[in-house]
Amino acid sequence: MSATGTKHAASAVNSPVSTPRTRMTALARAELTLLGRNKGTLFAALFVPLVLPFSVKSAAKEMDLAGAGLTTGTLVLPAAIGFSLLFAVYSALVGVFVVRREELVLKRLRTGELRDVEILTGSATPALLSGLVQSLLLAAGCAVLLDLSAPSAVHLSVLGLLLGLVLCAALAGVTASFTRTGESAQVTPLPFMFVSMLGSGMFVPLELLPDRLAAVCELLPMTPVITLIRGGWTGDLTGGETLGAVVTAVAWTVLAVFAVRRWFRWEPRH
Amino acid sequence: MQTNGHEHVIEVTGLRRVYGGGFEAVRGVDFSVRRGEVFALLGTNGAGKTSTVELLEGLAAPAGGRVRVLGHDPYTERAAVRPRTGVMLQEGGFPSELTVAETARMWAGCVSGARPPAEVLALVGLESKTGTRVKQLSGGQRRRLDLALALLGDPEVLFLDEPSTGLDAEGRRDTWELVSALRDRGTTVLLTTHYLEEAENLADRLAIMHEGRIAATGTPAEVTAAQPSRISFELPEGYFVGDLPPLDGLGISGHEVEGRMVRLRTHELQRAATGLLVWAGQAGVELRRLDVRSASLEEAFLSIAKDVSGRSADATAAGTPDGTTKEYAT
Repeated sequence: MSATGTKHAASAVNSPVSTPRTRMTALARAELTLLGRNKGTLFAALFVPLVLPFSVKSAAKEMDLAGAGLTTGTLVLPAAIGFSLLFAVYSALVGVFVVRREELVLKRLRTGELRDVEILTGSATPALLSGLVQSLLLAAGCAVLLDLSAPSAVHLSVLGLLLGLVLCAALAGVTASFTRTGESAQVTPLPFMFVSMLGSGMFVPLELLPDRLAAVCELLPMTPVITLIRGGWTGDLTGGETLGAVVTAVAWTVLAVFAVRRWFRWEPRH
Repeated sequence: MQTNGHEHVIEVTGLRRVYGGGFEAVRGVDFSVRRGEVFALLGTNGAGKTSTVELLEGLAAPAGGRVRVLGHDPYTERAAVRPRTGVMLQEGGFPSELTVAETARMWAGCVSGARPPAEVLALVGLESKTGTRVKQLSGGQRRRLDLALALLGDPEVLFLDEPSTGLDAEGRRDTWELVSALRDRGTTVLLTTHYLEEAENLADRLAIMHEGRIAATGTPAEVTAAQPSRISFELPEGYFVGDLPPLDGLGISGHEVEGRMVRLRTHELQRAATGLLVWAGQAGVELRRLDVRSASLEEAFLSIAKDVSGRSADATAAGTPDGTTKEYAT
């Protein structure tokens, strides 16, 4: 330790001011490096969503797809994107938020210029990007392997995917609010993941469920996401159904953001 | 950056902090720190130092009272304050799997007017560790990384929460030199410590905290001067305190007797010691285990820890805390 360098007045004038963009980029870059170094998360996030769709495909043989206006492709692809959102985004982010809190990283970040929303968004960016890229790859893969034709209302699929990304990140924040340790973060995401896989039209399309059960399942957070993505390909959604799905997804997102603002913990408890 | 006429860069009045469970960690604290001053908050573990500093850093809103840093509320006016402050937390705060260089680069992107990361890493002697993962650093190296990040934005006000805990003697001296150099160029520094030596060496002014309150404040000399000097000795068999010359006449303000040991307190050490020794010489009395001691910061610290609470643990009152006991606020 020797000279302390320039006087602060001088360097503050010469050096750039940090902006939300520079701050979130720096954070996202660090988080991406960390994602690459965490083999467990990487495996769960990248590999599982690419494998699970095969089990949906084999289950599809037992279903009366044609009766529901579906093909193997329009069954498997929305489910595959759903898995990606659940594993690569939701579950991975619960771990990120909880572990960074445990390491006191969130506390340290809050001592600086970053605003709270920038901390969460910046940390979530790599997971969101991996979910997005995976979904696009899955769409391309299904088009080639399952003879899936181009979506007839692509804007609905895009809307569903974007809503799904935002919703999963926000719900990860909620789950992290109620998760104390990195170890419990391996378990606390499971209930929502199971409920979504079974009830949101991923393994079994809602069209094949009894009406009353389907009506309840429509209100689950992930259902509108799957509905919109699938509807984009089938082109079967009415205006009312589309609106209902969008409202449901937005409502869950608003609720989740509210819950994060209210309950998210930035430091471990003692 | 201009001072905007803020003579006091940090102003704290009637500050209180209450935790979720109802525990009141800070119970009405007042002090102010002038520009370019090094101010130390001294206290045993659990005294409320970290709880106080976190309020100054703007990490939480106070339960009562007022904080101003550079003229702003650090909690509600975050954007106005944060670009001008640097913070070193009491512990950690780095992803363990990032390297030193990656950590510094990440923080540099989050800081206005950031200095080159390599420059601050060299400043704290970590230039050879840039490729090392944080989890492989020693405790002392992590403290230094933390200090480097706090300095990255070239802050006007620096908060250092136990900056030298976990450092070896050499690392501690390096940190002291660095803090002194920063003060010389006009940086205002607020640090907490439980090392008396550190406060005595670095601080222009200090406050001793105990159980959420400030028990004494001033320059190290002022705080010390408020304490009495001490004389202790063992009286031989057959002599009693009553055999000494009148204590008032020697300028002695108080005394304790424990078996044959006598302890005297005085604000006039030379007069008291002279009177005592002249008496002993004339009477032919040998004062065994004679100890004549000026007031010191340590005395001040110990007497505060002892006075205010009989129940505070001996280990912490002895002034050699091991640093493993958690502060309430961490």
